[in-house]
Amino acid sequence: MPAIPSLAPHRPGESLLPALEPLLEQVAKPVQYIGGELNSQVKDWDCGGAHTARWALMYPDAYEVGLPNQGVMILYEVLNEQADVLAERTYSVWPDLERLMRDGGVPQFTVDGHRAVGDFDVLGVSFSTELGYTNLLTALDLAGIPLHARDRGEDHPVVLAGGHASFNPEPVADFLDAAIVGDGEEAVLHTSRVINAWKAAGRPDGREGLLLELARSGGVYVPAFYDVSYLPDGRIQRVAPNRPGVPWRVAKHTVMDLDAWPYPKQPLVPVTESVHERMSVEIFRGCTRGCRFCQAGMITRPVRERSLTGIGEMVDRGLAATGLDEVGLLSLSSADHSEIAEVTKGLADRYEGTQTGLSLPSTRVDAFNIELANELTRNGRRSGLTFAPEGGSERLRKVINKMVTEEDLIRTVTAAYAAGWRQVKLYFMCGLPTETDEDVLAIADLAKKVIDAGREVSGRRDIRCTVSIGGFVPKPHTPFQWAAQLGWEETDARLARLRAAVRSDRRYGSAIGFRYHDGQPGVVEGLLSRGDRRLGPVIEQVWRAGARFDGWSEHFSFERWMAAAESALADQPVDVGWYTTRERGEHEVLPWDHIDSGLDKEWLWEDWLDALDEREVEDCRWTPCFDCGVCPQLGTEIQIGPTGKQLLPLSVVR
Amino acid sequence: MAGSRRVPEGPTPDPAVQRLRIRYAKRGRMRFTSTRDFQRALERAVRRAGLPMAYSAGFHPHPKISYANAAPTGAASEAEYVEVSLTTVVDPAQVGPRLDASLPDGLDVLEVADAADLPGALADHLQGSVWALRFRGGPAGADELGGMASAVTSLLASEQLLVSRLMKNGPRELDVRAAILRLTLADGEVPRVPADEGDLVLVAELLHTAPTVRPEEVWTALRQVSGRDLPRPVSTRLRQGPVVGGTVALTLAGRTV
Repeated sequence: MPAIPSLAPHRPGESLLPALEPLLEQVAKPVQYIGGELNSQVKDWDCGGAHTARWALMYPDAYEVGLPNQGVMILYEVLNEQADVLAERTYSVWPDLERLMRDGGVPQFTVDGHRAVGDFDVLGVSFSTELGYTNLLTALDLAGIPLHARDRGEDHPVVLAGGHASFNPEPVADFLDAAIVGDGEEAVLHTSRVINAWKAAGRPDGREGLLLELARSGGVYVPAFYDVSYLPDGRIQRVAPNRPGVPWRVAKHTVMDLDAWPYPKQPLVPVTESVHERMSVEIFRGCTRGCRFCQAGMITRPVRERSLTGIGEMVDRGLAATGLDEVGLLSLSSADHSEIAEVTKGLADRYEGTQTGLSLPSTRVDAFNIELANELTRNGRRSGLTFAPEGGSERLRKVINKMVTEEDLIRTVTAAYAAGWRQVKLYFMCGLPTETDEDVLAIADLAKKVIDAGREVSGRRDIRCTVSIGGFVPKPHTPFQWAAQLGWEETDARLARLRAAVRSDRRYGSAIGFRYHDGQPGVVEGLLSRGDRRLGPVIEQVWRAGARFDGWSEHFSFERWMAAAESALADQPVDVGWYTTRERGEHEVLPWDHIDSGLDKEWLWEDWLDALDEREVEDCRWTPCFDCGVCPQLGTEIQIGPTGKQLLPLSVVR
Repeated sequence: MAGSRRVPEGPTPDPAVQRLRIRYAKRGRMRFTSTRDFQRALERAVRRAGLPMAYSAGFHPHPKISYANAAPTGAASEAEYVEVSLTTVVDPAQVGPRLDASLPDGLDVLEVADAADLPGALADHLQGSVWALRFRGGPAGADELGGMASAVTSLLASEQLLVSRLMKNGPRELDVRAAILRLTLADGEVPRVPADEGDLVLVAELLHTAPTVRPEEVWTALRQVSGRDLPRPVSTRLRQGPVVGGTVALTLAGRTV
């Protein structure tokens, strides 16, 4: 790999566009690097005077994936609303531009002002997935920021991680100065205030002074302030703070009253194509369905709903600000909103005849959802509906606490086919705890029953069912955090058997589609998900060997990862199998135990035992509290309707 | 419902009663947008501006917008044209500012006219373009640019100059010389073409042959005739319109210099 670029001299905050333009003429899709999107902004570098807090917000993936990210969009706006704060965005550059930047000495830049990332006070990186870690290293290197936090000086940005993967930041602890766990809105404002004050006070105690203040006052996790010791067998012995005043455990941040945080108000609209071409409104945050594999559901508790009025205002304002023609009502399980029927009917009425589409991206398997889906597509095409039974057999669905019976599923798809839908997509996982071949082969039977039901009710042959399968990766802060991950060879073998079973019956021919990924990337994701600080050298080594864009199959190399792990862990008593396919015991110190998601570890262990016993747990929105621990631990509460609020009557131009 | 084919419910879309012709510019960093990027931006802008767009019928109604001869990605332009159809008659003068405010900076609406003023299809009026090719001098370019004048002379003296373009079904030869109406070195500043000290700007008047010769191919032709490694130019379309008397007219109606 070429050396760190010699940075062309520039004034802090100066636009690098003149140096970048000749490079953009030589790369694929240059439009992704130009910024200038509707509702983007470039603030004066000194907008808040000498103590301005400046954030470069990074989504460590390609622009087309990163731009629609709600988290980054929200924080960008929340920060820029502050008079003495500015925030710009930066994304991963593809290898063609990386090469030219290295040759030309052009550093990692923001797309808004084309300012050098190294000039900012904070590089905030949102990790939705662990597969973005190598892209962080590319960005640091291109920015001229030392890879290792311990080598950074006062003038280097504070490298701060957020997003779901930051609930276990340990594998990237070497490269991070800090992490913010949980909802970012209030935490980034507090961090900005601390930076403003630290600068105004003449930067007392330099970088260490700033990080200490953040760790003590702001609920910010600073890995360097914690020492990790290990047992001879490789397990962690203890994680302990090494500075006075630094808490033993760092709690996640939780924003209460979503109506008070109606962001994004001015959603960014890319000039070019991105993965989501819709205006998203988050209708609630959190989920207490209790699916045991689902990290998102576990770490975002409790459920906090936006009111009908709040949703209506955001939709109205967002459409006016963007000109987009589709609204996505986002959440982890959108049909669970206590007033979802009123929301969908109200919005469908309001926008009828305006060429505005509505969608609910995450839906459960039940007939109620078909009514909702019908409502949302009153005049539109009914192409496909997606449901996620996740487990093929009823037994397995009890293990994962996905309370759907086969009868539910058949009833639901029958209603869908009867209402004119032609295609149903079913999502499953392979490699779940206690899973056997039989559980996975049950997916084939289910798909065939779905087609039978569809053919009968519609009287047509042209209906389809697509079975989509993802490999299960155990995640921190879930009841499955102790589980053994299935090896990639076993995953591939199981999927091959399922494929044969699906194809065995010619009566279903092309009516059943089958989509799956091979098991190898899941091993790397699993390694990084439940890894600890000993993986830092692995990540660094694989990156030096050329790893980039690991979430993209055309860039991912399993062999490169395994080779790096083998050599970087050679002197350790642990290896890839130890991190992935090993079941953990009740009393093992897990690398993320000092990150407090609010969930009580004993409750998680009980839930893990319940899973093994095939025992289900209800949803605390409708049944009494089952003591997961989040509300008392974090001083939060469930916020759900019905609120009695209304969708404000609006006349819409047709 | 069972067994029947669904058709969209409700009345058929309102018919188009007016067509507006819009001239717009691609400036600064927006030169890196593709035609498709602009289409998407425009479709959103017309919604955002609240224009009474005419839509096609069917499950996937799309706004009736026609594009003609867009500049390639990477080229700036002061003269791109598009026509949009509306279901209500509006005052064209009112539309420009509204639409411009709804587009990103750098995609700028310059002129809006009722398309009824010109007979025939828009594309038929776009017979030629005037391009400015800015060659960056810089530290490396200066030497190479010294030979530009003779390169231009050699190119103009050729009877034919074939360059190859990679099309979907393989390479194809284009005669660049046949498309050139005029090719000169600009003396002094060219409006709307930012240039630094030491840069060199060529002005090329090109006939829209089929396939259309792009400024990039004029660059290739200049390298071929001169044998010099001329730096890649930044191109700006200055004007587009009918070719009258061997020159690109100032207006679509055919008014000449």
